[in-house]
Amino acid sequence: MKIAVCIKRVADSETRVKVAADGKSLDDAGVKFILNPYDEFAVEEALQRKEKAGTGEVVVLALGGATSQETIRTALAMGADRGILLQTDRIPADGFVTAQAIAAELKAGGPWDLVLFGKMAIDDYNSQVGPMVAELLDLPCVTAVSHLTVEAGTATAEREIEGAVEVVQCPVPAVITTDKGINEPRYPALKGIMAAKKKPLEVKPVSLGGGAIEVVEMTPPPARKEGKIVGEGAAAVPELVKLLREEAKVL
Amino acid sequence: MTTVLAVCEQRDGALRKVSSEVVTGARRIADGLGAEVEALVLASGPVGGADQLGGFGADRVLTLTADGFGTYAPEGYAAAVAGRARGGAAVVVCSASAQGKDLAPRIAAKLGTGLAADLTDVMVEGGVLMAIRPVYAGKALLKVKVTGSPAVLSLRPNVFTPVQRPKAGAASTAAAGVPAGRVTVKEIKAAEAGALDVAEAPIVISGGRGLKEPANFKILEDLAHAFGGRAAVGASRAVVDAGWRPHADQVGQTGKTVSPTLYIAIGISGAIQHLAGMRTSKVIVAINKDKDAPIFKVADYGVVGDLFEIVPVLTAAVKSHA
Ligand SMILES: Cc1cc2nc3c(=O)[nH]c(=O)nc-3n(C[C@H](O)[C@H](O)[C@H](O)COP(=O)(O)OP(=O)(O)OC[C@H]3O[C@@H](n4cnc5c(N)ncnc54)[C@H](O)[C@@H]3O)c2cc1C
Ligand SMILES: Nc1ncnc2c1ncn2[C@@H]1O[C@H](COP(=O)(O)O)[C@@H](O)[C@H]1O
Repeated sequence: MKIAVCIKRVADSETRVKVAADGKSLDDAGVKFILNPYDEFAVEEALQRKEKAGTGEVVVLALGGATSQETIRTALAMGADRGILLQTDRIPADGFVTAQAIAAELKAGGPWDLVLFGKMAIDDYNSQVGPMVAELLDLPCVTAVSHLTVEAGTATAEREIEGAVEVVQCPVPAVITTDKGINEPRYPALKGIMAAKKKPLEVKPVSLGGGAIEVVEMTPPPARKEGKIVGEGAAAVPELVKLLREEAKVL
Repeated sequence: MTTVLAVCEQRDGALRKVSSEVVTGARRIADGLGAEVEALVLASGPVGGADQLGGFGADRVLTLTADGFGTYAPEGYAAAVAGRARGGAAVVVCSASAQGKDLAPRIAAKLGTGLAADLTDVMVEGGVLMAIRPVYAGKALLKVKVTGSPAVLSLRPNVFTPVQRPKAGAASTAAAGVPAGRVTVKEIKAAEAGALDVAEAPIVISGGRGLKEPANFKILEDLAHAFGGRAAVGASRAVVDAGWRPHADQVGQTGKTVSPTLYIAIGISGAIQHLAGMRTSKVIVAINKDKDAPIFKVADYGVVGDLFEIVPVLTAAVKSHA
């Protein structure tokens, strides 16, 4: 069972977003960085499948700056066997550039029984690197999977669509991107954290092209105009309905 | 004449609402570039509602058919759209719906270009395609220049309100000429018959821990019914994790992002991760017993008090005005 898991270091969801001096990126002073929450599901899925198979290797791959080594160590502490850092000083705004670099590394290190990604990264919300890598590696792919079984060379995956659940099948090896519900990620135990320090972590500098998406500026969202408390208790309902009808015009 | 491709979406042979949003977005881009809009429908046969797309600005409506195209066929759809795009499209526009989030990256990778995903605005400035993308759970907006050729975009559902811009909408059908692919939909398990998805409902009534127990969500369902099938019931993560409501209803950072016309947050404190999923709603109402609850900072209209007293009265008021 040879499984690759792509993981990303992202700002914690509690982060107060401040725009950096360049006006185009996050000011990361004082920001807490974590393993992308959806990637925890991907690492957990890889570990469970390797444990079930009894043999094999889980390799975690991150593209980012030197600080992404901490994120790789987290995954190694969960139980992954070795890590690869595709080192670059800046993660590109264009997910396709990231996908090309990852695909090249996976192609060189393959073949893989399974390649796992998170459904999306909670910083850029691109939801794209997984299916793009699948396309570049010509591997079948199912995204946003909340339940997965693999039997006799076929993956059966469930994914949420509007008002329903889609049951999708494809042959393995395949690319799967993980959503909440697929498993319950383990927390790294102290023993794991200690062991992770000794596990191999290969650092490979990569040079990336510009891509088709250029950030012009980053701004805070438009402030919502000051709301008002209409009143207290059920007595306020008539006034609320009147405002919704006449002022907001939504009734 | 360059073309802007509007990738539409059907389910069970009927066009989904996001299709008119995508054509509206494509029309805006085409006007900026002096191009034509071709609406593309992928199906196993004729699709109900395709004839309406001319009204939203489609110069042409092309239905590409193949046997396995009745349900979503990821690889076949991507090959069909990419093939069509190579015929001279300047821009390919998809919806950032569940299907679009899966399909758009495949199309972009097949065309060897980037994808500007989940856009809340798009404009042409001096012949250059620009777009706005919410990042960091909506806590910041990125203005990006999209230079791929073709450029591939996906539009956040419920944001590009369909606008009447009548064009010819000349309809034609052709065989897609590509296999459906290795990834096939075996079954679609409907959550509830006709359940309106929170990400697409014009009105969302959301409940949190303040509801105290799962049975009390009936109060919110009654309010939703009072809006006559236009309202869906959403939930905070607290109640989803407690097993009271399905994850499909969860609004927020690790749930769904919704932009309804009206969002009513009931018994929800308004944590930053919840706001991430509903901050782009047009009108926000909050009902909470704690006047200092953070939700009141983003709400346009707030009512302080016990939801068990307030909501039934609101339901009656909405019903009487319906
Ligand atoms: C990585 C991460 C991701 C997350 N993703 C999400 C997400 O996607 N969506 C999400 O919602 N949360 C998310 N959260 C959790 C979020 O931080 C909050 O914990 C959660 O939103 C709180 O839910 P709640 O408002 O229902 O509960 P509470 O915070 O407990 O609020 C309950 C509210 O109900 C009010 N109330 C109680 N009784 C009554 C009454 N009788 N009448 C009126 N009001 C009453 C109280 O005053 C209180 O304000 C995430 C957290 C993390 C760390
Ligand atoms: N820089 C990166 N390095 C490694 N994996 C990444 C990177 N960016 C994105 N991914 C993977 O792609 C998934 C989706 O990210 P995104 O397309 O940016 O929303 C993530 O959950 C990761 O699994």
